[in-house]
Amino acid sequence: MKNLILTTAALALTAGMAMAEGKTIRMGTEGAYPPYNFINDAGEVDGFERELGDELCARAALTCEWVKNDWDSIIPNLVSGNYDTIIAGMSITDERDEVIDFTQDYFPPTASAYVAASDGVDVGSAIVAAQTATIQAGYIASSGATLVEFATPEETVAAVRNGEADAVFADADYLVPLVEASGGELMFVGDRVPLGGGVGMGLRESDGELRGKFDAAITSMKADGTLNTLLKKWFGDETQTY
Amino acid sequence: MFEFCAAPDTLDSLRWTACYLSNGVHMSFYGAFVKVLLLLAVTAPVALGFGFVGAMAARAPFAPLRWFGKSYIALVRGVPDIAFFLFFVIALDQAIEWLRHKALCPDWDQPIRQGNDFVVCQAAKMPLGNAAQWVHESYGFALAVVTFAIVFGAFAANVLFGAMRAVPHAQLETAAAYGMSRRQTFWRVLVPQMWVFALPGLSNLWMVLIKATPLLFLLGVEDIVYWARELGGTKTPRFTDYPHGDWRMWYFLALLVFYLAFTKFSESVLDRIMARLTKGQATAGGEAQRKAAA
Repeated sequence: MKNLILTTAALALTAGMAMAEGKTIRMGTEGAYPPYNFINDAGEVDGFERELGDELCARAALTCEWVKNDWDSIIPNLVSGNYDTIIAGMSITDERDEVIDFTQDYFPPTASAYVAASDGVDVGSAIVAAQTATIQAGYIASSGATLVEFATPEETVAAVRNGEADAVFADADYLVPLVEASGGELMFVGDRVPLGGGVGMGLRESDGELRGKFDAAITSMKADGTLNTLLKKWFGDETQTY
Repeated sequence: MFEFCAAPDTLDSLRWTACYLSNGVHMSFYGAFVKVLLLLAVTAPVALGFGFVGAMAARAPFAPLRWFGKSYIALVRGVPDIAFFLFFVIALDQAIEWLRHKALCPDWDQPIRQGNDFVVCQAAKMPLGNAAQWVHESYGFALAVVTFAIVFGAFAANVLFGAMRAVPHAQLETAAAYGMSRRQTFWRVLVPQMWVFALPGLSNLWMVLIKATPLLFLLGVEDIVYWARELGGTKTPRFTDYPHGDWRMWYFLALLVFYLAFTKFSESVLDRIMARLTKGQATAGGEAQRKAAA
């Protein structure tokens, strides 16, 4: 109990300091990767990460603001200080960890899946589309299949629809709603591949304090089950939880 | 926007379209057109100014100034636009913040470069971290204007430099014979006559500038091409009230019409300016005008 009071007091104190500095935490996202993040009909950032991020900010007593940025330049703009976090379905990998820091994962290590326009595509040797600078693109490049890269997730799927690629390789959670809505035009092929070390928030390596706050907030969301509720809401009941 | 838009999936196609085209994201899309036109309206004169100064520097009698002008033209023209836009803007932004940091936080003891990170004190942030989103966007927009102006200014400088040399030498000699100083010759004889030689080159630049606006998104400004790509992309029923397939073709078709119409409009305006500038000039065009009038 005493501990709890102490932590609360410490939290209130740090929160007070953050308020005093008047610092707004700017949350950088891509806004093109439903259900993780997308732009809704009203033109605002929406999705699993929007809801999660708002909750994390509330728990860490931070004022947050959402910023959109192209995927290609999302890391350079973070390290040069244009926003303070990346919360864009970014998987934790060693390469990225050398440049930026990650919080603990708020989404368990993801399964990536292949989607094709017809059955019987041999994903080991086919032409496979993936988004540039993603773990999926890295995986395809070393898998023996021919990789074609696109700047946005949308274009990777479009490449399969118009026959430019035989299959698309992306997070299964991104592909499921698309396959459902395609009315049989698109289908899953091959096996699912577990990739990456889960999805986490990216921060500057020099921003240890902020990282601590978000880490604590994620821990508390994991502990009281709210994170699992959110995961089920956005990714369906079968999704992996903590 | 309309009252009947509450339940879009029950509407007939005409009203569905009306609702669809008037929802929040589409408003942002229309706003982006204004943004692009505003950027052009601001950038064009600024770039022309850069070009004029650059051209003047490149033909200055004072050697270091001349070297500066010539290297500005050569350097910026030689670097690919996209590299310039990716590198220069971040560098410019960091330079501004570094200067503010030096001025505002003299007792900061940590290094500014920490590994990959660029860290300045909160007060030196540009714009301030707690500023409203529109301030951030305006700042991005201003950076865009400066960057565009520097890039297109270099091309304009080259065009103007050539145009200044194309003015018949006899004109300048005559001015000198009348006792005009160098400065008077430049402003009263050279500059009024050079525009007619510069305009074809400048109009080319204007056309290229119109089409270069998608580079805006590299600078974090959401332009019309970004929105067309975003809005045209497949929308599944789970995430929107207006699900549709891949409609990017239609959005890009709309952009095509916009760009073509804008080009057509620009051409007719440029034709008028050309006719006006040609008046009374010792060129083939001026001669033709004289004959037509006679």
